[in-house]
Amino acid sequence: MFAAAAIAILGALVLVIGRALAGPTVFDRLLAGNTVGSLAVLLLAVVGFLTGRPEWLDIAITYGLLNLIGTLAVLKFFRHGDLAHDVEDET
Amino acid sequence: MSAVVLTALSWICISAGCFFTLTGAFGLVRMPEVYTRMHAASVIDTLGAGFLIIGLVLQAGLTLVSAKLVFILALIFFTGPVITHALAQAASEAGIEPLLVEDRRGRLDAVGSDTPEATAGVLPAEPAHPVR
Repeated sequence: MFAAAAIAILGALVLVIGRALAGPTVFDRLLAGNTVGSLAVLLLAVVGFLTGRPEWLDIAITYGLLNLIGTLAVLKFFRHGDLAHDVEDET
Repeated sequence: MSAVVLTALSWICISAGCFFTLTGAFGLVRMPEVYTRMHAASVIDTLGAGFLIIGLVLQAGLTLVSAKLVFILALIFFTGPVITHALAQAASEAGIEPLLVEDRRGRLDAVGSDTPEATAGVLPAEPAHPVR
């Protein structure tokens, strides 16, 4: 049953990566990338149960935190063209 | 007896989580433009992740593993809306306008939407087969 859950999550990952490759705007790709991150967290948790080694959950937590920071950083880059953008410079 | 009930409940929750995860992924592929795709992707973050992790918690029992699972669930629940909000704000500032109901017939080539061929199945301008 854990294997079935892992296969379902992998199928969802295939669909979401298809959207990331096809997405017409950069925001579609970013949304798909963030969803890939969420699905990877779920897949890590399920695979941890599948292999009977709950240490995978620590990797899942780390991946979730990195996913948040990474998506926000890429969003900020595409919005301001600069990761060191200063709010005071807003026109 | 209660172990059997807990196992059955956890399998039901995991199956529901798989269903909603696949539904969200299909929505992400099939929806016509970026805002509706955000709506579809949020199904994965709430119902999919919620049911899957509740099912895993029921499997794990009252241990450190379930505490970590609850942390993962809280992380996904709190970061999902933050990302979606930032994404919607950035898309709105970039000039992408939502595809509204009154636009469906005329403006299929609006900024940010797919080509008319790709959205033809989602936004039926005319019925494909005449109603008899």
